[in-house]
Amino acid sequence: MSITRRHMLLLLPTAAIAWKHVLAGTPEASPNYKMSEHWWGMLIDLPKCIGCGNCVRACQAENDVPDGYFRTWVERYHVTDYDIENPHVDSPDGGKKGFPPAKEEGGKNFFVPKLCNHCADSPCTQVCPVGATFISPEGVVLVDKKYCLGCRYCVQACPYGCRFIHPKTKTAEKCTLCYHRITKGLTTACCESCPTGARQLADLKNPNDPIHEFMKTHSVQVLKPYMATHSKVFYNGLDGSVR
Amino acid sequence: MNAFKDAGHLFRLAAVFLVGGLAFVGLRAFLVPKSFGEYGHYRGDAIAEIASRPVNYAGHQACEDCHADVLEKKKSGKHVHVNCEACHGPLANHVDDPGSVQPAKLDTAVLCVRCHEANIAKPKNFPQVASADNSTGLPCDTCHQPHSPAIIAGGTK
Amino acid sequence: MPGVEGFMYPNEVELQWSVLIVLYPFLTGLVAGAFILASLERVFQVQAVKPTYRLALLTALAFLLVAPLPLQLHLGHPERSYEMYLTPHRTSAMAMFGFVYLWYLMAVLLLEIWLDYRRDIVVLSQSTTGGTRWIYRVLTLGSSNISKHALEIDERVGWLATLIGIPSAFLLHGYVGFIFGSVKANPWWSSPLMPVVFLFSAMVSGIALVMLLYMLLTWSRREKIDMRCVDTVASYLFYTFIIDFSLEMLDLIHRIYEADESFRSLDFMVHTKLYMSHIVIQIMLGTVTPILLLALTQVLRLGEMTRKRIYAVAGCLTLIGIFAMRWNVVIGGQLFSKSFLGYTTYKMGLITREGLLVAIALTILPFVILWALVKLLPPWPEKNSGSLPNAAPAR
Repeated sequence: MSITRRHMLLLLPTAAIAWKHVLAGTPEASPNYKMSEHWWGMLIDLPKCIGCGNCVRACQAENDVPDGYFRTWVERYHVTDYDIENPHVDSPDGGKKGFPPAKEEGGKNFFVPKLCNHCADSPCTQVCPVGATFISPEGVVLVDKKYCLGCRYCVQACPYGCRFIHPKTKTAEKCTLCYHRITKGLTTACCESCPTGARQLADLKNPNDPIHEFMKTHSVQVLKPYMATHSKVFYNGLDGSVR
Repeated sequence: MNAFKDAGHLFRLAAVFLVGGLAFVGLRAFLVPKSFGEYGHYRGDAIAEIASRPVNYAGHQACEDCHADVLEKKKSGKHVHVNCEACHGPLANHVDDPGSVQPAKLDTAVLCVRCHEANIAKPKNFPQVASADNSTGLPCDTCHQPHSPAIIAGGTK
Repeated sequence: MPGVEGFMYPNEVELQWSVLIVLYPFLTGLVAGAFILASLERVFQVQAVKPTYRLALLTALAFLLVAPLPLQLHLGHPERSYEMYLTPHRTSAMAMFGFVYLWYLMAVLLLEIWLDYRRDIVVLSQSTTGGTRWIYRVLTLGSSNISKHALEIDERVGWLATLIGIPSAFLLHGYVGFIFGSVKANPWWSSPLMPVVFLFSAMVSGIALVMLLYMLLTWSRREKIDMRCVDTVASYLFYTFIIDFSLEMLDLIHRIYEADESFRSLDFMVHTKLYMSHIVIQIMLGTVTPILLLALTQVLRLGEMTRKRIYAVAGCLTLIGIFAMRWNVVIGGQLFSKSFLGYTTYKMGLITREGLLVAIALTILPFVILWALVKLLPPWPEKNSGSLPNAAPAR
């Protein structure tokens, strides 16, 4: 039997705690997690987004998102200074494979990652006829796929285009804010794999969360504020041309 | 009395409606899932069901518990804040069973350009290159060490 | 991406609501319209339209029975639709559909038809034989009391049911409009005028349908068309149509004048992808033409044959126009991106679950049901058999 890393660990005194972790495997639902103690959202620091598409791929790998549908995606904006109302936007395959060189020269160019805004007054949960989609006690908008009729009213009601009907299950699908991860003390798959920290999970109920300091010191905006959905995905440096 | 008698068919109809209504109430009590309304207008059990999904990305803490050496190396370079699975991909399987599940070897020629290929929409201060010009076709790790990418005089250590 | 111009949010490329959801407000509209026409005679004592009264009720029932089928077929999980009754979500416009539908079917339409036909049912349960006799027997609910006093009671209760029925019919269809009008994410739908426009277009289509059916059925029975009746119905059609058209134009002018952020995108859509179905079919062919034709019959003194022909043409165009209106609302509202930066295309399947053939079958089905209903409960007085008028009250 060869000596693997696993055996090496046993020999190192500093690795005692680590070994426990290995034995435990991936984190299980932490018993200390209380729904009432959290209010989840996300911060998107746009000047840091490099459009690598890591978040889109990670989301697909973590959540089995079918090809051609997106729980999160990245858009590339091209805005000319004389026509801010009419940006040119592209998002080839949701940015999953990154972005080809831009066709247009000049102007202003930037990336905008999108995902479910986990609105506190969400139009999608409002219109669900049976209570198959709902806001969890900690503010995450979820879908109960065992109860969803597949009537698609929620897809119509979402102003951000964040919902779709899963081609296999025929039920509504959307970003769960990696509910299965955040309840185990992990961050979301997209945040975990974002190389620049452009996406950060935020717990608005936790006074020690860095989001509070960030919000105090930056100009933060939500998408389509006129929709009054009380979106909990906050964008730093959001350009006025973004839809 | 007579009026009562002549409206007899209406009472029969009312009885049909009543039976239908009662059947509905009875069926409803039987069919509504038990946990419905536990937290709000939805099936309370759905929350636990969604939360029980297994994770694929183990999270950098799980990696760093074992690979403290790599963490040390990263600390000296620009990639210090890039989480392990951002490049190595989802490795919860490996964390669960480090002996038998080994992460695949990465191809830096494919990997690095995902972030560092020049693109007009990338932030100006982000290091980016036209890979074809930069490397003359060599894989990036010929010169750059991914965990600490700055080129030190004399090549990668 | 094929069929996509400009930029759509990636999940928007696929249309969610198909031709079946176009059919649903169309069918419901016919129900509400036909019922409101029937109520005119009953509540407002308009004797002229009496020949259409029972036919209108049966038409409403036939279409109401089919109305939920397109909804059912388009659901991802039709087997779960009963959840709408179990756990209706109070904040959802759609959740109330099941209850509004059931109320209208049970408390209004079936009740009114039953009360109106009770005498016939009782008589038929005695004069017929075999299987049909059993149907009638069940329908009598075991009571064969058709004494004068009992029928008077029926008449009064029926009147009350109609009175409740009018706001219910308004509710049924205004509410369908609200399902669309309350979606704030979609500027093509989101409008407080939507329920009102839906209601009036429903009345227009229902009146046109009953008028056409009456002329067709009377002609097929080789009887004389009661021109006083048809003229009155046509004048109702004309007036409601003018209200409907004014409301739609009000909505349009309001949109053009306000020209909010969605306007450029919607305007472009109306001039390209929706040009044929919106401008040409809905407005020119399906609204302006029938209104002008009907106006002719109001102003000029035309011969009977000419009037009949005009009514037939105007009625058919009206139905096409109202169908186009439903199409433009439902499909049109999904062709543009909520980013207002792009457009997608609706590709209707042919033999898929939500395809063209199913839509055609669902359009024909109410007529089949109506045919069966007319056989079962003849809407006109029997002339030859004499069994009805002469039948002795069963006592």
